[in-house]
Formats: sequence, structure tokens, C-alpha cells
Amino acid sequence: MSARDDILGRIRSGLGRGELAGGALAEVAARVAEHRRNLIPDRAASQDVAGRINLFIAMAEAVQTTVTWVEKDIDIPAEIARYLAAENLPAELRVAPDPSLAAIPWVERPLLNIRHGKAEPSDAVSLTPCLAAIAETGTLMLVSGEATPTTLNFLPDTHIVLLRADQVVAGYEDGWDLLRQRQGDGPQALPRVVNFITGPSRTGDIEQKIELGAHGPRRLHVILVDDGKARPRK
Amino acid sequence: MDPTSRAFIENAHAGLANPVLRRALGIAGTGFPARRAEAIQRLPEFEALRDEGKAIKDHTIAHLDYYLELYEKNVTTSGGVVHWARDAAEARAAVLEICRSVDAKIVTKGKSMVAEEIALNDHLEKNGITPVETDLGEYIIQLRHEPPSHIIAPAIHLMKEQVEEAFRAAHTDLNPGRIIAEAPQLCAEARAILRPQFLAADVGITGANFLIAETGSSIIVTNEGNGDLTQTLPKVHIVVASLEKIVPTLEDAATLLRLLARSATGQEFSSYTTMSTGPRRAGDLDGPEQYHVVLVDNGRSAMIGGEFQEMLRCLRCAACLNHCPVYTAIGGHAYGWVYPGPMGAVLTPALIGVAEAGHLPNASTFCGRCESVCPVKIPLPKMMRHWRERQFAQRQVAPAYRSGLKLWAWVARRPELYHTLVEIKARVLGWLGKSRGRFRALPLAGGWTVARDMPAPEGRSFHALWAERQRANR
Repeated sequence: MSARDDILGRIRSGLGRGELAGGALAEVAARVAEHRRNLIPDRAASQDVAGRINLFIAMAEAVQTTVTWVEKDIDIPAEIARYLAAENLPAELRVAPDPSLAAIPWVERPLLNIRHGKAEPSDAVSLTPCLAAIAETGTLMLVSGEATPTTLNFLPDTHIVLLRADQVVAGYEDGWDLLRQRQGDGPQALPRVVNFITGPSRTGDIEQKIELGAHGPRRLHVILVDDGKARPRK
Repeated sequence: MDPTSRAFIENAHAGLANPVLRRALGIAGTGFPARRAEAIQRLPEFEALRDEGKAIKDHTIAHLDYYLELYEKNVTTSGGVVHWARDAAEARAAVLEICRSVDAKIVTKGKSMVAEEIALNDHLEKNGITPVETDLGEYIIQLRHEPPSHIIAPAIHLMKEQVEEAFRAAHTDLNPGRIIAEAPQLCAEARAILRPQFLAADVGITGANFLIAETGSSIIVTNEGNGDLTQTLPKVHIVVASLEKIVPTLEDAATLLRLLARSATGQEFSSYTTMSTGPRRAGDLDGPEQYHVVLVDNGRSAMIGGEFQEMLRCLRCAACLNHCPVYTAIGGHAYGWVYPGPMGAVLTPALIGVAEAGHLPNASTFCGRCESVCPVKIPLPKMMRHWRERQFAQRQVAPAYRSGLKLWAWVARRPELYHTLVEIKARVLGWLGKSRGRFRALPLAGGWTVARDMPAPEGRSFHALWAERQRANR
């Protein structure tokens, strides 16, 4: 008997039944197909757009993510140049080759050295888009794809994420819905990787003291693009 | 690793006598519970989420065969491969075969308790493959050739001085005059040493916190980002996971994720929660070309339908360890195998036998803190009691203890006699201990009084006082 059949057989004998069939089977299959949400904490669910954005910022800053706000795409190069200078970082940037970043007018800052593609070991700073931001815990939701390689989220020391105000959702469940809207149900719905990122890399493995930058980025910086429709608190 | 659970009593004494361990556990035993309490304070729905988490896991286990098959189907659809392993040997063989198929030399590893359980590192080493642990805590204990002492903080038994010592012994290429006395310097050194290993690895092995039946995905939860570098950079990603990690849907995973980090470290959410589905897609610029899941039974299926089935709800958050007065006094190594603390005291006998691990369910004060903090409400004390009953039934307890228990049971079933004897004992001991108020030693209780004094009774039994009070109130 194969290991698979043996294990499934042992499970069924422990449960005191054979393979699921009939009504019992239909019931379990329906539970999966339904995507029923369980209890959602009120913290984010009860907020309007502006409330969600403010909650996201507060939760993100509580875990050492930094957040700045710009009004339009045209302001992004200046903000990045300012951030890199303030953090004493080189004016070099590995940018995700994503269409949503194509409108950024880099020519405004000719001294910024922009390269596109996946991260190389020597890259110090990356810029990526995200699929959503989860207000409940200040979490960014990023997906892998042709234009959004995962290495950008982990190899460079500094990760800058571009977040648009209408991307801020309440809970993880809203993120699942976005994934399903993209590609439908089942495994095809999902990109190879979905990264939920809540603050920069950290460890508490030495005497329980939190150190940032264990293996992933030491700095996580969010640039929130908002034309003022849902103006955040700053 | 070969278990030393039989030597629990000696191990525990060694732990109590180790001053470094006492200091390290002092930090852990206060920090984790305080942060957990604060996180729960911030989330009024936490208690209701615990009930939902329990219900999700119970539902899953009751339909585990269905969800495993659905999971396998969806892994296959997304281009991955599932390997079923009845036991540790089959799981090790499956991993080795995959590593050999790509002629792997270096394998990076994210933290995985089930990989510890199946002793994967030893097996890879024996077969000429170098496993590199990349979680900082795991890396430290790998250098020291010792097992983890905690399921989420493997090096929690050490202070920074021991880490410095381990790094100086291992990183001999570095300047011996460098200063690495503090945590930031030690972290920076580990990062610099491990980065080239991430880039050089042929295979990356991670565990899984959850497997999602609906989508065929695996989820890992980390803070360092080591798991992500481990599974993104090499050409092969192997997930090693035990059967009970399955959850039905993404929505169910979200609920359990809300419980996990808060229970474990008191974080709202860990830095990185990563969901992987299959290998690199056409057009992707990075990611592994192969995605394998080694699905490990190793004793789980035998727990279904029995009195330990509820243990399969465990999320491995370690809240029960952090709140256990026994664990925080003796440390994880005393338990002698992979899983320490209350969850280990229930799970270890189920996986390696009660004859081997019988001491563990006895190492409990039954204070009940473990059950009260468990995110999925596992009745740990009740199950430790079940193990004790089994030991008794299988005659695995000392004859003197057996006869003592039998005698006590005989008396306890005769309330008149019991009350009379207790009343006499309370009066006699009360009279004898009147001057000191306590006893340094008592006949037949030498083991108990060797480390503490027995307070002298006030002279009356509880039953007698209670009866008196009831009469007075009437």
C-alpha cells in the first residue's frame, strides 16, 4: 500500500468512517466554496477610508515602518531623494518593472540612479508597488509576478513601497477578495508568493532584545500617494 | 535526535543548577507573557477568536482525509509535488532524494520543528549535504551542536556571552580582535556570514505554519526574513510539514493568524507572513523552479479518534511554555526531545511512547495556565492526566507509588473513614508543628520536603471547617 493510501486509511479508521460521500461530502465542499468569513475584529472593519488610512499609519509606525505622504506621482522622485539623503543612503534604486510605477517622472531627479528588474545581491535600496495595505495591523500585502519579483522585498537593506490611498483595506479577508478578483478561485487565483510584510526584519533571539535587520531589510519605508480625497492625519 | 526523556529528573536538576539558564529563563518567563497580555488587551475579540480557532481546527481534523486530498490536488494543479511520509525515515528519504536529484551541496533551512522531529540535519550531513540553519536562534544552536530548547525561540537558554563564544569558535576567518559583545554586533555578524550561504544554496527547506486546502498553499510566519530568503533564492523549495497543519480556506487561515503572533510573541502580526503556491510561474524573474511538500504523519493519524486528538489543534505558538512554572524553571532541554513544556508533555509520549517519555506528563503542577493561554483551548492538563492513567494501567509506575495510590483510593472511597483520618492527621500535625509553624522534614514525604518546608496545618480539616460553617449559616 502506498504511504498516501495508508495514511488516509488510518485517518479514516480513526474517524470511524469511510471516504466522505453524499450529503457529508457536499457539505464540506460547500464550506470551502463559500469562503465564509469568520469573526472580523471591529478595529479596522468599522472605519471609513480616512479612518483606515490613519489606522494603517499608526499600526505601521508602531512596528518601525516609516510612512510619508505625497499628493501626486510627480512628487515621488523628490520624496525618494529626500529619504535616501536623510538616511545617508546612496542615490541608487532597484525598481520593480511594474506598469503602475511607469508614470513616475524620474527625469525630475537625474541624480537618482534607477535600474529595473529583480534584486541583485549588491542592491542597497528597492522600490516596489503593493497589492494592498491591511489597516488592522499596519501590514503591506505584496504579490509576486513578472513585474514584481520577490527578491526586491528581501535582499536590499532598504525597501521602499509605493502605496496608493485606495489600496488601504480593513482586514486580511479584503486582501483575499482582491486576489480572487484578479484571477478567480482555486490555486490559479494565486501568484507564486503573497508576502504580508509588517515592519522591517527583526529578531529577538539574543536575550529577547529586538534587533532590526536580521536577514531582510533594516528599513521599510512607505510612500503613501493620496490626492487628498482621504487625507491622512499629517 | 535520540530522546533523553527517560532522564528527565536528572535533566531537570541540571537545569535548576545552571545559573546561565536561570538568568536566560528569567528574561523569557516575564517578557513573553507580558507582551502577550498587552496584545490581547488591545484586541477585545481575542476570546471569541479562540473559540473560532478551536472550531476551525476541530472541523478540519474531523474531515482531515478530505482536506488532505483537496490540498494535494491543488498543490499538483499549481505545479508542485506532494510526498507522503508515514514516518520520520520516509520523510528524510523523500527530502534526500529531492536534494540528490539536483545534486545539492548546500541546503539552507528556515526554522522547522518537524524537521527537528525527523532529525533531518543529521541525515543530510551523513549523506554529504551541508544543512545551514538560517534563523538566528537555530544557527546559534547548530554551531553549539545542541537541540532547540524552545519551539519559537530555540536559543532562549543562552545569554549573549555564550553566543559570542560560539561565533568566535566557528567564524575563525574573522579578526579575533573584533568586538561582538552585544546583540547588535552578533546579529550583524550572523547576517554577514549567512548572506553568502543564502545565495549559494541549491535547495531551501522550510516548515509550514499552515497548509491551505482550498488553494494548495503553504504559509510560513517569521520575523527575520530568513525563511523568505531560504525559499526564494535556491532552485528548489521543499516544505516539510505535518498533517495537522491543514486548514480549509484562506479565511480560516486569517483567523488562526490573528491568534498565532499574539499568543507567541505578543506581536500584532509577525514581520513576515508568506504564502507560497507552487513553483516559479512563466515570466517570473525569481523564485524556485521546483516546489515540493513532504507531508509527515509520524504518529499523528494514530492520535485521531483517541483521547489525544485535541492535541492536533496545536499551532506551536509556545504560549504554554512561556506561562509554565515548570518550563520556566528547568528549561526546554530537560524534556529530552524536540517538544518541551506542556505541549511537549502531551505530544512527546504520543510520538515516541509513554514508556520513553512518561516523566513528562508528570512534570506538572496542574496550575492550568497552559490551557488558559492556549489560542485553540487545548485541555493540556486533562491530557497529561490521561497519560498518567495510562502509565498506571500499563504498570509503568513504581510499585510503592502504585500501592500508595491504591491505598489512598481505597480510603477516599470511604468518606467516613477518610474524614476521620484527615481530621486526626490535621490535629496531630497541627499540634506537632505548632511551635515552628512548618516542618523541615516529614516521614514518607522526604522527596517533597527536600527543597521546601511543609506548612503546619491549623489543626482542623477543610471538610470539618466547611461543615461547621454550613451549620452556622443555617
